Amino acid sequence: MTIAPNMDSPRTATANPPTHPVPPNLGQAHVVRSSAGGPVAENPQPLTEVAKLIDVSKCIGCKACQSACIEWNDTQPEVGVNVGVYENPHDLTPEMFTLMRFTEYDNPDTGDFEWLIRKDGCMHCAEPGCLKACPAPGAIVQYSNGIVDFIHENCIGCGYCVSGCPFNIPRISQKTHVAQKCTLCSDRVAVGQGPACAKACPTHAITFGTKEDMTALAAERVEDLKSRGYDNAGLYDPAGVGGTHVMYVLHHNDKPQIYDGLPEDPKISDVVRNWKGPAKPVGIAAVGLAAIGAAAMALFHRGNSVSQEDEAEARELVQEELRGAPVERPHDKGSA
Amino acid sequence: MTNSWTDIKNTDLVIVMGGNAAEAHPCGFKWVTEAKHHRGAKLIVVDPRFTRTASVSDYYAPIRPGTDIAFLMGLIRYMIENDRVQWEYVKAFTNASFLVKEEFGWSDGLFTGYDEEKRDYDKSSWDYQIGPDGYMLTDPTLQHPRCVWNLLKAHVDVYTPEMVERITGTPQDRFLKIAEMIGECSSPTKTMTSMYALGWTQHSKGAQNIRGMAMLQLILGNIGVPGGGMNALRGHSNIQGLTDLGLMSNLIPGYLNIPTEKEPDWATYMKSRAFKPLLPGQTSYWQNYPKFMVSFMKSMWGEAAQKDNDWAYHYLPKLDVPAYDMLRMFELMDQGRVNLYFCQGFNPLLALANRNKNTSALSKLKMLVVMDPLETETARFWENHGAYNDVDTASIQTEVIQLPTSCFAEDEGALVNSGRWLQWHWKASDMPGQAKYDTWIMAQIFLRVRELYRKEGGAFPDPILNLTWDYADEHEPSPDELAREMNGRALADVYDLADKTKLLTAAGRQVKSFAELRDDGTTASGCWIYSGSYNEDGNNMARRDNSDPSGMGVYSNWTWSWPLNRRTLYNRASADLQGQPWDPSRPIIAWNGERWEGNDIPDISPTAKPGEVMPFIMNQEGVSRLFSRGMMRDGPFPTHMEPFESPVQNVFNDRMRGNPVARVFASDVEKMGTSDEFPFVATSYRLTEHFHYWTKHNKVNATLQPEFFVEISEQLAAEKGIERGGRVRVWSKRGEVWAKALVTKRIKPMICDGKTVHVVGIPLHWGFVGAAKKGWGPNSLTPFVGDANIETPEFKAFLVNIEPAVGEAVS
Repeated sequence: MTIAPNMDSPRTATANPPTHPVPPNLGQAHVVRSSAGGPVAENPQPLTEVAKLIDVSKCIGCKACQSACIEWNDTQPEVGVNVGVYENPHDLTPEMFTLMRFTEYDNPDTGDFEWLIRKDGCMHCAEPGCLKACPAPGAIVQYSNGIVDFIHENCIGCGYCVSGCPFNIPRISQKTHVAQKCTLCSDRVAVGQGPACAKACPTHAITFGTKEDMTALAAERVEDLKSRGYDNAGLYDPAGVGGTHVMYVLHHNDKPQIYDGLPEDPKISDVVRNWKGPAKPVGIAAVGLAAIGAAAMALFHRGNSVSQEDEAEARELVQEELRGAPVERPHDKGSA
Repeated sequence: MTNSWTDIKNTDLVIVMGGNAAEAHPCGFKWVTEAKHHRGAKLIVVDPRFTRTASVSDYYAPIRPGTDIAFLMGLIRYMIENDRVQWEYVKAFTNASFLVKEEFGWSDGLFTGYDEEKRDYDKSSWDYQIGPDGYMLTDPTLQHPRCVWNLLKAHVDVYTPEMVERITGTPQDRFLKIAEMIGECSSPTKTMTSMYALGWTQHSKGAQNIRGMAMLQLILGNIGVPGGGMNALRGHSNIQGLTDLGLMSNLIPGYLNIPTEKEPDWATYMKSRAFKPLLPGQTSYWQNYPKFMVSFMKSMWGEAAQKDNDWAYHYLPKLDVPAYDMLRMFELMDQGRVNLYFCQGFNPLLALANRNKNTSALSKLKMLVVMDPLETETARFWENHGAYNDVDTASIQTEVIQLPTSCFAEDEGALVNSGRWLQWHWKASDMPGQAKYDTWIMAQIFLRVRELYRKEGGAFPDPILNLTWDYADEHEPSPDELAREMNGRALADVYDLADKTKLLTAAGRQVKSFAELRDDGTTASGCWIYSGSYNEDGNNMARRDNSDPSGMGVYSNWTWSWPLNRRTLYNRASADLQGQPWDPSRPIIAWNGERWEGNDIPDISPTAKPGEVMPFIMNQEGVSRLFSRGMMRDGPFPTHMEPFESPVQNVFNDRMRGNPVARVFASDVEKMGTSDEFPFVATSYRLTEHFHYWTKHNKVNATLQPEFFVEISEQLAAEKGIERGGRVRVWSKRGEVWAKALVTKRIKPMICDGKTVHVVGIPLHWGFVGAAKKGWGPNSLTPFVGDANIETPEFKAFLVNIEPAVGEAVS
């Protein structure tokens, strides 16, 4: 991988990490999308499209990424308990933006046992459902390099992003009442440093660079996996959300759901996608209600002015929608 | 490690057995993923549990804890039977052709010479036949029935795939698939690396486990070659440095020996260290022993060590037992025979076998001094923490003094990694509170003790009063000064031994390397193997040039590696009898007709002709040993021995328990359990989220793995009515713990000798101080017995029972 003379983003694909200071970017001038009609740059400065590649076949589940994420973002996840699994914390939380998910899998084709370990977190979709769902102007933005970022001072903590996300990623802080998720370390990337998790990853299972380079690296890895008998190895870069800026190399790309419920064909709900006009937030709230019910209700801390009538109307619309295509939720299964 | 971490990228096959590299050495493991990605290397894991290493392996096989020797001997049998032998290597570079005494033999699981009373062997028959010229008798054709090769063939004959499965529980098809994959590495152009750690050492026959694999590697021609070797993954960042510097009761820095009572004088001591070559024309490097030893004595006592007083040999303590290892020290302590114990960077309450005995032993001390950067359970052994440390504080009279020290980021110095690289590091932060450098603390103690001797005299003040202590600030020897001292310097002008007019190093200067050390008192060196690390070129350990011109991962100018900055030990064996690399695509050194040259420092005299001088110059034979003579207490070949606590009897001898020559203290015999009372096999291990008992102090690590648990199979859980995440009680003959149950498919029952064997996995890391939840370590359960040769406790195979438990432990 060559290093361009005028780099606008870091490359950590080949070594961890060659930090190249770049003129700070990822400001308003680079915003290409903004939630609920928030401000976008008139002539956004184009940046190279970036991606984080998570090679599941190289991941040893050491949780260095989790550790680095906690340290860099200065979050305070609780010292919990053991409930008979390796996941700690037990799910993504407002204080834990990434999580190793462990799946014990008896492969019916080979008769072999496999321990599948996947680093979960924001996928930074090219077409971000969270951004489309967000009713707060400028609370969710997308930069021209593809990173989807939450702007907390604009966030109203409504939780619509949760319902808009086909990967079930954002979590709402009960303390600060804002949505939290992986930022792809936009604050590091903006100054030429790779994401903290990629820097910490001891086996180079996490690499970061241009999307083009990461796609090429993935192809190399897929070829290697195929030579080892993983005939269905492939790159997970789902088209349903326009591709993602966090991608996986999977040994079983034909069955992403075995990796603790990674969606096979993630899509933005049609309600989120098609809703237009002033009632948009309401409709989406109803998606949230339909999907996560009381949990979403509990999130209305910042005094959203959503009336009972609007909600009722939205609920009906959503019921109609749901009759057509049930909203898929990846993490509804009980076991971890 | 014979090789280095970075060399692993050159391999074709990695076998992780007796270790869990991804879990316990995640940063080093990157070189495995590198070899897999860029060389297409395969990874095999053999382990009782499907570990995190297994999760990225190409092939996995389960094995019953404590049966590795049977597996390894089975592999050797397979290689011999299927002609998977690197013949040229075996014939030239091993002792395969050497004739062994007629009396030597093996039957009923025992070698000749066993004395049941003494629990020891008379090893006189375990030796070569020596000819009238004083050299070995050999049969290069390997036809002679008494040659090592034929004895080895006979020795491993019993380890058929059926027998391997019967003992180890590894299904035959899995065993054979692994044997086939390994067999491919007998090709001169294919190499396997062995990565192992405490999964092999923490057994009553740990050293024999490692020998088993070393022998296999020799048969495959994989020692000394890039991407090969026996690679011990050291568990602490500087545990290699600890052994190098001889922080063991029977060692002097650089793997020299503390004398024993049977060696009352210098001449007697040196007599057994003459190391005359056993084959004509061979190099026996230990013939330089006197140079290293005299230089050490000069480093210690300077002018007080002179030729006419045998270099102050009488200053050295003389051992009355083989070693004062940890088990012996705590046994003595428990007998009330130890008054004062200094515990520096060590948490024995949780790290040494049989916690109840440790508590009892520490309670009998008059004084315990704990030097550590962190709060340790050992320093708090007297404090009641409910079920987690249920002691009667009032009854403990031991005075405990805690001396807080610096941690690695708060001081300067070298850490020696597994690959023998001395990597200098600098202080990143000041020490908090009243913490002091270990060196400052030791200096204060020494200066005060010396003062007492000066004032009051004493039984034998000379070694203390005459100790060299010429540091700029006597209260605080600096890392720089200590490093220079270890390297050594010329006390008088040092001349070339071959050309007495050629000055090598002038008096007062640092010696270039140990080649300049002398046995006439003209040089001083604190640790001969570190000689060259800090010479007149400067502090070579501080070098940070990561260029690698050969692309072979040698990194010669990155820090410094002992010996002589050599990155691969025995690298002469990477080339054939003509001196050309076995694998031309992976050359490290080659003979150019006049000299050895290449990417690494040759592990042989640069002008030693390839057909004449054999590669294993640290052995008197000049070759490596498939048959180790009388050098190990429990046999010249590895033989299957059950753990002391085992679910089945030894198939070769049902009267034999454990290792027949391992030392067992009388008080511990009654604390050994049997399988009728304790039907399940337990094994202990580390988790990636933590580092020993340190990181539980860190909230982030504690978050990632907060609470003590044990791992069991779904079958055992069903049998015992244990639920995932439920609470269980686990107990052995020595103690009990409570834990959360992690029920997993990654552990499966095995069938051994017709019996179903369940494994209970017990991770360490929890105690009663720190940020994580309170818990226990495996040592509440483990037996107080160690390896027959080096006394590493048997933590990896013992017996327990398990049952569901209710409620929370009260603290």
